[in-house]
Amino acid sequence: MTERVAATPGIYPLPDWAKGTLSDLKGHQKGDLLSGDEGGEIAETYGEVRAELVDDQLEAGLDRVAEGQARWDDMIAHPLTVHESVETGGIVRYYDNNNFYRDPRVVDDLDFSGDVAGELEAAADLIDGTNAGDAPLAATLPGPYSLADLATDEHYGDDAEFQAAIADFLAGEVEAFPAHETLFLLEPSLVTNPPADGTEERATDAIATVAAATDADVVVQTFYGALDEKLYAHLVDEADADALGLDLVAGDREDTVYNVQEYGATESIALGLVDGQNTLVEEPETVAERVEWFEGQAPAADFETTYLTPNTELFYLPENKYRAKLSALAAATEVLE
Amino acid sequence: MVRNPSANREQFRPIDHPNDSFLLTTVVGSYPKPKWLNRADELVEDPDSKFDESDLAEAHDDACRLITHEHERAGLDTVVDGEMRRNEMVEFFAERIDGYEFNGPVKVWGHNYFDKPSVVEEVSYDEPWLVDEFEFTTNVAERPVKVPITGPYTLGFWAFNEAYSSTEELVYDLADLVNEEVEKLVEAGARYVQIDEPALATTPEDHAIVGEALDRIVSGIDEDVRIGLHVCYGDYSRIYPEINDFPIDEFDVELCNGDYEQIPTFEDPEFEPDLALGVVDAHTAEVEPVEEIKENIRQGLRVVPPEKLTISPDCGLKLLPREIAYGKTENMVEAARQVEAEIDAGEIDVDAPLADD
Repeated sequence: MTERVAATPGIYPLPDWAKGTLSDLKGHQKGDLLSGDEGGEIAETYGEVRAELVDDQLEAGLDRVAEGQARWDDMIAHPLTVHESVETGGIVRYYDNNNFYRDPRVVDDLDFSGDVAGELEAAADLIDGTNAGDAPLAATLPGPYSLADLATDEHYGDDAEFQAAIADFLAGEVEAFPAHETLFLLEPSLVTNPPADGTEERATDAIATVAAATDADVVVQTFYGALDEKLYAHLVDEADADALGLDLVAGDREDTVYNVQEYGATESIALGLVDGQNTLVEEPETVAERVEWFEGQAPAADFETTYLTPNTELFYLPENKYRAKLSALAAATEVLE
Repeated sequence: MVRNPSANREQFRPIDHPNDSFLLTTVVGSYPKPKWLNRADELVEDPDSKFDESDLAEAHDDACRLITHEHERAGLDTVVDGEMRRNEMVEFFAERIDGYEFNGPVKVWGHNYFDKPSVVEEVSYDEPWLVDEFEFTTNVAERPVKVPITGPYTLGFWAFNEAYSSTEELVYDLADLVNEEVEKLVEAGARYVQIDEPALATTPEDHAIVGEALDRIVSGIDEDVRIGLHVCYGDYSRIYPEINDFPIDEFDVELCNGDYEQIPTFEDPEFEPDLALGVVDAHTAEVEPVEEIKENIRQGLRVVPPEKLTISPDCGLKLLPREIAYGKTENMVEAARQVEAEIDAGEIDVDAPLADD
C-alpha cells in the first residue's frame, strides 16, 4: 500500500509584515542582501518568520515540515552566496522567471559552512516544541548539478572538478544536519539545461554523493517541465534517490508518463501537483485525481511512498495563496485515504 | 508591416525650431516624483491625517503640471507628465481593467517586491484609463503630449493567469482593450502613443505574439497618430529583423547602457520604422556631457537617416535623483540641437556619421 505524504521543498514567500521589516533593516540594494553573518534584529526577525512558517505548515496539516528558507535571498543559490569562498557578482536572471539572484563566483576551496544546518537546528527545535509528532523535518538543498549550473567557477578551472567539489561541499553540509526524515535536492537545471550527451553520469554521481551523506529519504525534485528520456533513465538508475520528483504542472506530462512507462521509476515518487507559479488554487479532489491518474499510468503502480508536492518552490506566490497551496496538498492526502 | 512614420512626424516640429534638420526629442515616460508627492501618497493612507483623496488628487495635478513644465523647460519637443499618477507599470493598469485582482506583493529579487495581480476572469473595459490624465496634461502643456501605455504582452505575462487556457489568448484580449483606449485617447486629441513592452526582452521568442497584439492595437488608428513601441534591456538579435514587420511608426530602445554594442544588429537589413534611440543612461547618476551625448546620437545615424531618428533617454528616469534626471534631459536636447546644426552645415556626414568632421 503506497503511503501518500504531503510535503514541500520549502523556499516560501516572506510573510507580508516581514517583507517590510526586513527591507527596512537590510535595505533594497544588491549589497544589502544576506551574507550569512547577520545578527541582532535581523536574526531575530528571521527567527520569528521561521516560527510562523513552521506554524503555517502544521496548521495546514502537511506530513513533513520544511524550515521555509526565508533567509534564502538568492533562492537555491543561497548555500553558495553566503559562503566565505564565494564573491557575489551581478544580479542575474533566475531561470526563465522575472526573478533575480546574485551570481555566486566561487574563488576558493568550498569547505564546510554550516549555514543551512544552523537553520535546520532552529526549525527542529520549533517542531520539538509543538505536538507535531507526525510531521518530522524535511531538509532542502539545491542539487549539485543545479548549484554548479547557477554558479561561476573562478577557482577549480574544470567543469567536472567543480561539480564534484560542489557535491562534496553539499554532502559535508548534509552531514551536519540535525535529524531529518526527508531531504529535498532541487534540480531544475536538469530540465532547463540538461547535461551534455555523455556527461549524464557525472551529474548522477554528484547527486549520489550528496544522497549518501544522509540516512533520510532523498527526493531529487526536478521542475519547469519534463525530463529528457535518456537523462531520466540515468537518474532512476544511478542517482541513489529514494524518489525522483516530477513536474506534472509545467511542460508535457505525457512525456513524463512515457519516461516512467519506458524506463521504470524510483522506489518512491514525488509528484509536482500544485502550481507553485500560479495563484489559482487547486481543489484537493483535483490534486487527488492527478495522483491516482499518475499512479494508474505507472506499470508497477506500487510506490512505497508518493510525495504530493508543489511543482516548484512557493516564493513566487503572494502570502495568502502560498498558504492555500499548502492546505490543498494536505487535504488531498485526506481525499486519498 | 511598418506604419507610415513620415506621415506624422512633422506635426511635432516646433514652429520656432532653429534648424532644417529635426531630430524629434522625447522621453520614455517616468520621471522622479517630488519627495512631497511620495509623502502625500503615504499621508492619504494615514487614518489620523486629515489629508484625503481629494487633497491627493490636487497634489497629483500639481505634480503633473510641475513635471510637464520641467520637460518643456528642458526643451523637449514632446512631453509627458512624468507618470506622476502611476505607481507601477502593471499595477496601475490592472487596477483599471476588470478581470484583475490583487493578492499581495511577490518577490522580484532581494527585498524588491511587486504587487503582481491575478487575472481571475475575462478582462474587460470599464472606464477610460488615461483620458483624464491626457486631457489634464495637454491643457497645461504648450508642447505635444506623448502617452505611454503598458502593452498587453507585459500586462499579460507579468500577471498570474488563472482564467485563460493560454496567456497568449489573454494578451490578445488585452490588446483589444488597449485598442479601445487608444481610440479614446485619439478622440481626446492624442497624436503620440507609446506601447511599453519590457516583458518582450525577457522572452524574445514571443515576438510573433507581440506583433499580433500590435496589429489589434493599431486597428482603425489613423496614420496621423504616431505609435511607438518601447522595449529595454534585451538581446535584439533575437527580435530583429522581425521588428520591421511590427505595425508601428517608431521603435524605442535603450542602447546607451550597453555602450551601443548592439547597433550593428539594426544596420542590416534596412531599419524600417523610425528609431527612437536612448542616448543617456537611466541607471547612472551622473549627467552625461553634451559632447558625449552627441557621439551617442551619431550611433543612431548609423541605423537611420536624421529624418527617421528620435532622441530619447534609455528608459524611464524615475529611479534617478530629480536634478540628475533634469540635467540629462536638458543636455540631451542641447546635444540634439547641436547635431542638427552640424548636419545642416554639412559637418556630419550622415552616411558615415562616426567619421571625424
